[in-house]
Amino acid sequence: MRTLAVVSAGLSTPSSTRLLADRLTDATVAALGERGVAARPEVIELRDHARDLADHLVTGFPNAALRPVLDTVAGADGLIAVSPIFSASYSGLFKTFVDVLDRDALTGTPVLLGATAGTARHQLALDHAMRPLFAYLHATVVPTGVFAASEDWGSSAELAERITRAAGELADLVAARPAATVADPLADPTPFEALLRGA
Amino acid sequence: MQFGVFSVSDITPDPTTGRAPTEAERLQAVLRIAEKTEEVGLDVFALGEHHNPPFFSSSPTTTLGYLAGRTQRLQLSTATTLITTNDPVKIAEDYAMLQHLAGGRVDLTLGRGNTGPVYPWFGQDIRQGIPLAIENYALLRRLWDEDVVDWEGKFRTPLQSFTSTPRPLDGVAPFVWHGSIRSPEIAEQAAYYGDGFFHNHIFWPADHTRRMVDFYRRRFEHYGHGDADQAIVGLGGQVFMRKNSQDAVREFRPYFDEAPVYGHGPSLEDFTRETPLTVGSPQQVIDRTLGFRDYVGDYQRQLFLIDHAGLPLKSVLEQLDLLGEEVVPVLRKEFAARKPAHVPEAPTHESLVAAQIAQQEVTVR
Repeated sequence: MRTLAVVSAGLSTPSSTRLLADRLTDATVAALGERGVAARPEVIELRDHARDLADHLVTGFPNAALRPVLDTVAGADGLIAVSPIFSASYSGLFKTFVDVLDRDALTGTPVLLGATAGTARHQLALDHAMRPLFAYLHATVVPTGVFAASEDWGSSAELAERITRAAGELADLVAARPAATVADPLADPTPFEALLRGA
Repeated sequence: MQFGVFSVSDITPDPTTGRAPTEAERLQAVLRIAEKTEEVGLDVFALGEHHNPPFFSSSPTTTLGYLAGRTQRLQLSTATTLITTNDPVKIAEDYAMLQHLAGGRVDLTLGRGNTGPVYPWFGQDIRQGIPLAIENYALLRRLWDEDVVDWEGKFRTPLQSFTSTPRPLDGVAPFVWHGSIRSPEIAEQAAYYGDGFFHNHIFWPADHTRRMVDFYRRRFEHYGHGDADQAIVGLGGQVFMRKNSQDAVREFRPYFDEAPVYGHGPSLEDFTRETPLTVGSPQQVIDRTLGFRDYVGDYQRQLFLIDHAGLPLKSVLEQLDLLGEEVVPVLRKEFAARKPAHVPEAPTHESLVAAQIAQQEVTVR
């Protein structure tokens, strides 16, 4: 069983960001199923942790509500991350979440990016803002990002096609990798002699 | 078990009046707090080291040297001494000097320091924090343990035929604690040398402290210094007390809400639940502190932070009265009743000298 972490940074309830995240999740689970891989999604609504995230910024540690969320993302086999576009970029809440992740939490993790906005004029934020952020985190981002403007929910079948294509790309990457493991430096320490030699 | 207080030497405005003490006032207040720590029957006073405002304590050995002359019993320590940006030769000299002046009543807690600019101000690179801590301490150890040292490392000028003076009192170096909130490498270092491990135990949840201490204990045993439950553990902690717990909460809240390190974040109630902070009656502090043992095992030193965030001196001295009269006597009795005989006390100069004599007798025989 693989774990898919799904991070949605939408602020309203219900939100079109969550709607897109759910579509991407269902499509990815289905695509993995076609490849013979069972996957369990773990959905994280960042709105539920807005206060926890602000507290983390101030105190420097995740509280008891936030800690398992960070562990879920760090231990996931794949990540679907969806943010609304505010002021030409991902939302502040979304970036705050990324800021409190452990430095190596997403190294090598397959990631599918999605974004929502009121109009299609914001769509380049997906590739000009979100994609470099995940490059910095050393994540493996699938080629197709999925942007949904309000109008996409009413008219075209193109959104569904993009969702299917992106989900297939994420499923390919997840299925091709061994199940994720989380390194625990306290369980497997660097012996002191090695630290001394490295000094 | 040793009980005491530690101060970071912050100069913070009192949020209830808006007035900050002057450097001179705050410095005198910290001296008064340290003397009072001995007067009320506590064992340890530890002082931080900082090289930027709003802190005054750039030179802890000067302050502790003065306190050595003003006290008779008090163990003088640090919280922490910067092993990364100080020259280890100067640490060896300063603390051996202090050890002589204090008649052996000295130990120190080493830390890396997390104030970015301090590293370049002292010619170092914060990204080398762990390697600096490891190399500098390896040299410090040799400067105390060997009379003549030849040395070459990555971070300082080589030494040929160097003798650090004064030599440690009675040929026994001050006991060293290694402080770290989250770096396994530092707990590993403490375990390797058989030194103490001190967890700040203020900013992080109990479960994190538990994992770090458990790791240090396992590695202490791995390196052959004794069983895991014989490792030397110290904890910080943070309390504010009044006879009536509602009074404590009401009085402390403005200081909590404005505190430089966590103010404007979680509520006092949230932070009390998430971390070891205890604001309430002396009995609540007793119960909470006894509970630390449930997740770190029998430990040797408990230090409380009581003088930060702009709390007025009068309130701080009242905290010391409560600790001395009501809290620590009970904690001493209760911790002692629970501690098995094979778990050692915190090392002191006397116990280290005795251990050295015993070691020499074994060698001679």
